[in-house]
Amino acid sequence: MNIIKYKNWFFAFSLALIIPGVIALATFGLKLGIDFSGGTLWEVRISEGRTINNQDFQNFLNQEGAQVSSATNTAENSILVRMRTVDENQINQIRKKVNEQFGSVEDLRLETVGPTISKELTNKAVLAVFLATVAIVFYVTWAFRTVPAPTSSIAFGFCTIFALLHDILVVVAVFAVLGRFFNVEVDTLFITALLTVIGFSVHDSIVVFDRIRENLKKHKEQNFESVVNNSLLETMARSLNTSLTAIFVLMALLLFGGASIKIFVLALLVGIITGTYSSIFTAAPLPKEIRSKNLPLDY
Amino acid sequence: MPKNPRVVLLLIIILTLAAVYINIPKVKIFGIEVAHPRLNLQNFQRDLEPKLGLDLAGGVQLDMSADMANIEEKDHQSAIESAKNIIESRINSLGVAESNVQVAKSAGKYRLIIEIPGITDVDSAVSIVKKTAHLEFRTLKADAPPEATLSALPENFQSSTLTGGDLKLAQAAPTQASQSIKDPGYVVNLQFTEEGAQKLEQITTDNLQLPMAMFLDLEPISWPPPIIQSIISDGNAQITGSFTADEARELAIQLNAGALPLPLTIERQTRIGPTIGQEAIDKSIVATALGIVSVAIFMIAYYRILGVFAVAALLIYSLVVFAVFKIIPVTLTLAGIAGFILSIGMAVDANVLIFERIKEELRTGSPKHDAFFTGFDRAWTSIRDSNVSSLITTAILFNFGSGSVRGFALTLAIGILISMFSAITITRNFLRVFWVGKI
Repeated sequence: MNIIKYKNWFFAFSLALIIPGVIALATFGLKLGIDFSGGTLWEVRISEGRTINNQDFQNFLNQEGAQVSSATNTAENSILVRMRTVDENQINQIRKKVNEQFGSVEDLRLETVGPTISKELTNKAVLAVFLATVAIVFYVTWAFRTVPAPTSSIAFGFCTIFALLHDILVVVAVFAVLGRFFNVEVDTLFITALLTVIGFSVHDSIVVFDRIRENLKKHKEQNFESVVNNSLLETMARSLNTSLTAIFVLMALLLFGGASIKIFVLALLVGIITGTYSSIFTAAPLPKEIRSKNLPLDY
Repeated sequence: MPKNPRVVLLLIIILTLAAVYINIPKVKIFGIEVAHPRLNLQNFQRDLEPKLGLDLAGGVQLDMSADMANIEEKDHQSAIESAKNIIESRINSLGVAESNVQVAKSAGKYRLIIEIPGITDVDSAVSIVKKTAHLEFRTLKADAPPEATLSALPENFQSSTLTGGDLKLAQAAPTQASQSIKDPGYVVNLQFTEEGAQKLEQITTDNLQLPMAMFLDLEPISWPPPIIQSIISDGNAQITGSFTADEARELAIQLNAGALPLPLTIERQTRIGPTIGQEAIDKSIVATALGIVSVAIFMIAYYRILGVFAVAALLIYSLVVFAVFKIIPVTLTLAGIAGFILSIGMAVDANVLIFERIKEELRTGSPKHDAFFTGFDRAWTSIRDSNVSSLITTAILFNFGSGSVRGFALTLAIGILISMFSAITITRNFLRVFWVGKI
């Protein structure tokens, strides 16, 4: 099979995902969780045997002076409320009123993030993603410094940047869509997932690069294109198998794990799938592309 | 590393047994209580209980900013340290097992991050933490028995006019070398405000040669109380006593908590009820087990006998990682468990790389043992380079985040490091002993 021959199809498929993704991101934006926007999350459980309509609950809280943006049922008798930041006294008062109105309620979770922290977290998140990308690209360039001609470690570095941007864009775009249609919010754990995806995406690329390096030394008689192609085919089983095992464990977490990390796990899952795709089809053909512009007749 | 594969196998078995021993939960089997050991080395004491973070144990985390507006810049560090110290002792008085108070500084602003897992009465914990420290100086009651001068009880004292607000700063200092004091020790110097100096002069005049006690949040500190030696009119007092450097520092910190009261504002708060935590633990155990089982089924179905060895190595890996979590100790959170589970997937990756390589070599007609050696040798650079990239991201995550993010970064990093050992050394050894045969 000649993957390189069909590379334009693979690029086209990636673009077909990324272009609408970027448009979605530009129009919808990401729905920011309280980590980045500030605010209060309050999850309560109403005593057994009673049910509360979430709309009624929201109206009641608004009457009591809270500024509620949404109230959703997380289980039959529990409700998750998102509101503007409230302080200790306000929440105590609200809780008292709620107890009077709806019978005793149990606090499952209460999270409050003020404006100072949310701003700081946003800055840190952007910085972390930037730093991780730069560090990884430098690392790849350094790790492959001994790669023989006709390619170079700089070319590998470039490929890594493309693969990383590809993966980050796909994950972020998916979450822009999820945010718009399913109210999925991004929080610090989402950034954590993004960084992890960056690490793993490179994981796959490195395995392919490593094989290209080895085959370039071993099969000097072959032209560059077929060396790259063979290296891709040889590492394909590994890439797919590894991704499958990672997908298995993540599916177990998504379906059976704790509720508060579901979004995190979903981001990892999307990232690992796109990371595998990008390392096989996007990352590896690129050294030749860059190279062919410089010295088109060499191989 | 010993060369003889059988010796290595023995070492692996010992390691596994040690990990199992550390991981034994406290249970009763047929009426006999079984439990994991405690580590009791000189500087290394561990009860080896699994430590649960906020989202698993329930509890509260507070992120509070300190208002330094009324405090001189040079005293900022002392003020925040005192606040930390006093909050720690207040939380300890609640009888909570694992609390943690950290000072964070960013963009010149100080913050205190307080974690109290496992607490049920969150409301009173929050109010106890937020309370401003109250320091007062007390003098002997008029009706105190005469012997109270020397062996006074806390209840023999009454509030004086002098409080923490009158104190500017307390500082520990080494004793000035002089003829009267032969023993070189430490003292605590107190600097009072102008108003405080006047009050102090009055008090020292009225209570000369009598004790003066200091109470922080209604609890006496530095007991027995110092005796007033002379009338102090310039507002500079000194507490002498045979203090060590640490004792003097501790006392200064306690006094500063009253002298430099910090108004604290809650910037971020996370409270998790106890029920949600228990549900999360149950779910995590199920998810972890399912994760391991599904990976095991896949590996054995795809790689047959090689897969069996990889799964055996994976089980040892899981045991060792969990034991390491207990030894360090790592506080487990939901995200931390996700990091661990993800590292299971990664641990298999190394084996997949090696096995694919071995299969390839076998296809080209290499004999079994050549394929074995080439497989391990050639896969190593890929495994090393790719894991380094993951370690780079975990390092950045660890520095970027707090709480869950850190937990995830830490467990993933530990997992990756141990997996490089288990997937290579352990699997390699199994294959050498049971698969390659005599070389």
